[in-house]
Amino acid sequence: MKYIDEYRDAAVAKGIAQAVRARVTRPWVLMEICGGQTHTIMRYGLDEMLPPEIELVHGPGCPVCVAPLEIIDKALDIAARPGVIFVSYGDMLRVPGSHSDLFRVKAAGGDVRVAYSPMDAVKLARENPSRQVVFFGIGFETTAPANAMSVWQAKREGLKNFSLLAAHVLVPPAMRALLASPANRVQGLIAPGHVCTVMGTREYEDLSRDFHLPIVIGGFEPVDLLEAVRMLVAQLEEGRAEVENQYVRSVSREGNLGAKRILVQVYEVSDRKWRGIGPIPMSGYKLRPEFAEYDAELIYGTGEITAHEPEECISALVLQGLKKPLDCAAFGTLCTPERPLGAPMVSSEGVCAAYYAYRRHNEATKEAVR
Amino acid sequence: MIPLVCPAPIATRDTILLGHGSGGKLSAELLRDVFLPAFTNPVLAKLEDQASFEIGGARLAFTTDSFVVKPLFFRGGDIGSLAVHGTINDLAVGGAIPEFLSAAFILEEGFPMADLRRIADSMAAAAAKAGVTIVTGDTKVVERGSGDGVYINTAGIGLLREGVRLSAGIAQPGDAVILSGSIGDHGIAILSEREGLELESDIASDSAALNTLVDAMFATAGTNAIRAMRDPTRGGVASTLNEIAEQSAVGIEIDEGAIVIHSAVRGACELLGLDPLYVANEGKLVAIVARESADAIVDAMRRHPLGADAAVVGRVTGDHAGMVTMRTLFGTSRIVDMLAGDQLPRIC
Repeated sequence: MKYIDEYRDAAVAKGIAQAVRARVTRPWVLMEICGGQTHTIMRYGLDEMLPPEIELVHGPGCPVCVAPLEIIDKALDIAARPGVIFVSYGDMLRVPGSHSDLFRVKAAGGDVRVAYSPMDAVKLARENPSRQVVFFGIGFETTAPANAMSVWQAKREGLKNFSLLAAHVLVPPAMRALLASPANRVQGLIAPGHVCTVMGTREYEDLSRDFHLPIVIGGFEPVDLLEAVRMLVAQLEEGRAEVENQYVRSVSREGNLGAKRILVQVYEVSDRKWRGIGPIPMSGYKLRPEFAEYDAELIYGTGEITAHEPEECISALVLQGLKKPLDCAAFGTLCTPERPLGAPMVSSEGVCAAYYAYRRHNEATKEAVR
Repeated sequence: MIPLVCPAPIATRDTILLGHGSGGKLSAELLRDVFLPAFTNPVLAKLEDQASFEIGGARLAFTTDSFVVKPLFFRGGDIGSLAVHGTINDLAVGGAIPEFLSAAFILEEGFPMADLRRIADSMAAAAAKAGVTIVTGDTKVVERGSGDGVYINTAGIGLLREGVRLSAGIAQPGDAVILSGSIGDHGIAILSEREGLELESDIASDSAALNTLVDAMFATAGTNAIRAMRDPTRGGVASTLNEIAEQSAVGIEIDEGAIVIHSAVRGACELLGLDPLYVANEGKLVAIVARESADAIVDAMRRHPLGADAAVVGRVTGDHAGMVTMRTLFGTSRIVDMLAGDQLPRIC
């Protein structure tokens, strides 16, 4: 498969790992931001291929994980209402709210459906004029334009039975909060290639300058990530701190101008709460006032719903890269993908879920990744 | 700056969820908590895909399966041929020679007669091709809205081969793991035709009766070399191997590079965020065999049209009892876990 096979070539990967080994002279702590990247690292065991000087810590880039409990509870409330067709990306269905999840709402009679695109929800609204269709639009900058487009399209068509429950979060403000923390250990960043495909790389230039931090925009295949590590190590060893683009087959400096245009038209930047981290100022999108009639939170009056997130797990530390999942006493015992205690175990893309899925089998590995 | 926060776990399962039918951990919980305590007996307790017992000196295998697939007709088969193949395969992988099937239909009021005829003809053709006879059946009709067109249950009975005692509980360290061909074809064929997905592909279901392939394996291997066989349907190869690893209290290690996945299936899985190891097959089998017989069995399978891509894909180990691991193309090792419920398409 073109653009896949060449980036999963074992010989190429081993060559890059060897180049890192030859270049590195002292310990460096690198963070990959995106959950998809974390999964590739775990799935292919990339951390095992790298020299011990390189410590990979895992960032908060799993959109399902960081969707706050409140928004899940709001989704459950709306999805349970008669007359509503509630449409969601598949991996939101198992995410537990305070008392239930979308699977249970569906089992209890809620009309919950999975879609691969928000435009499918618009189509459902068109085909079911007597029903209210609500799309659960969460995600980073990657999914935001498609979700924005659904609202834009619904308005253009004059659909009165479509709305968006939006909970978009933005990567740069979260990274800024994390890097500014006195506890920060991160010395180099692998920035999320898909987010940058949409947004371009300029925001990361600001981050790099403000924190004197080497940043490489990285892809999602094993060769991409190893190459991004190699580029970061070269910068660190040479004392450089710049933005470099490893994922050139997808990312340009300006990003996707069409997608950015629709974002500006439909959304405005707002404060957002992150599950497992807490509120971060100006770290998300909400619908602009002129799209208020498509805002599910306003239509269904869910503004009153708040959720108490009990303080039991170490997810905040994990999501900031300060702890590894295996450092948590509850990992794999009290907290599993079937019964997640915290945000990073919730989605298959979360870091705890990645460790659970690929790495709980051997003590040597546990030691090695500590 | 940041408080520690997390949600409370949701531990109770007081209603049936779709995941209870996925063949994963939730299905296993349902068996453990509801059905096994209710029906407890030594035949059932073996937890094979078919029951085996003796009646009047004859050793028989007996199994049943229900089919609720949507859409009813898909590239490579339909609910009728699937219902015949599925039950034949559950008998065949138990080491039995399938003989007789039953067919029971739950029909929804308003279901087109022409579709039902098409399904019945397809069942007849599938049974004839596999050399089994459909000898009894039942029909019920439910009100419109109470069913989904047609559901089919088939049960099957077969004669166990002399001296053959297959069990998922007797895999031994050193044994070889054989897979009869490419994985994921059925699940992706169904998914790609399912309403709303609008994925264009030329992937056909692999739905097929495996009894003659199993005949070829026994003709080569004799009775003791094959320890266990399973057809990796819902839950895919990963779930099947996990069941064997758990029942035999052994580890199983598979080699990423040895597993055949058609490029169209790989492409669809990439796009949808699915792992083909968990995608359903309806014409494949997994066999645990003695190491010294593995090559001969694979050769015999490759001479059969349904085993052309058969290969040794892994081995049984003494490490990580109850766990399946994969040796990746990169030389690293990872777990191939049992899923809780169905695979969920990822957000991005």
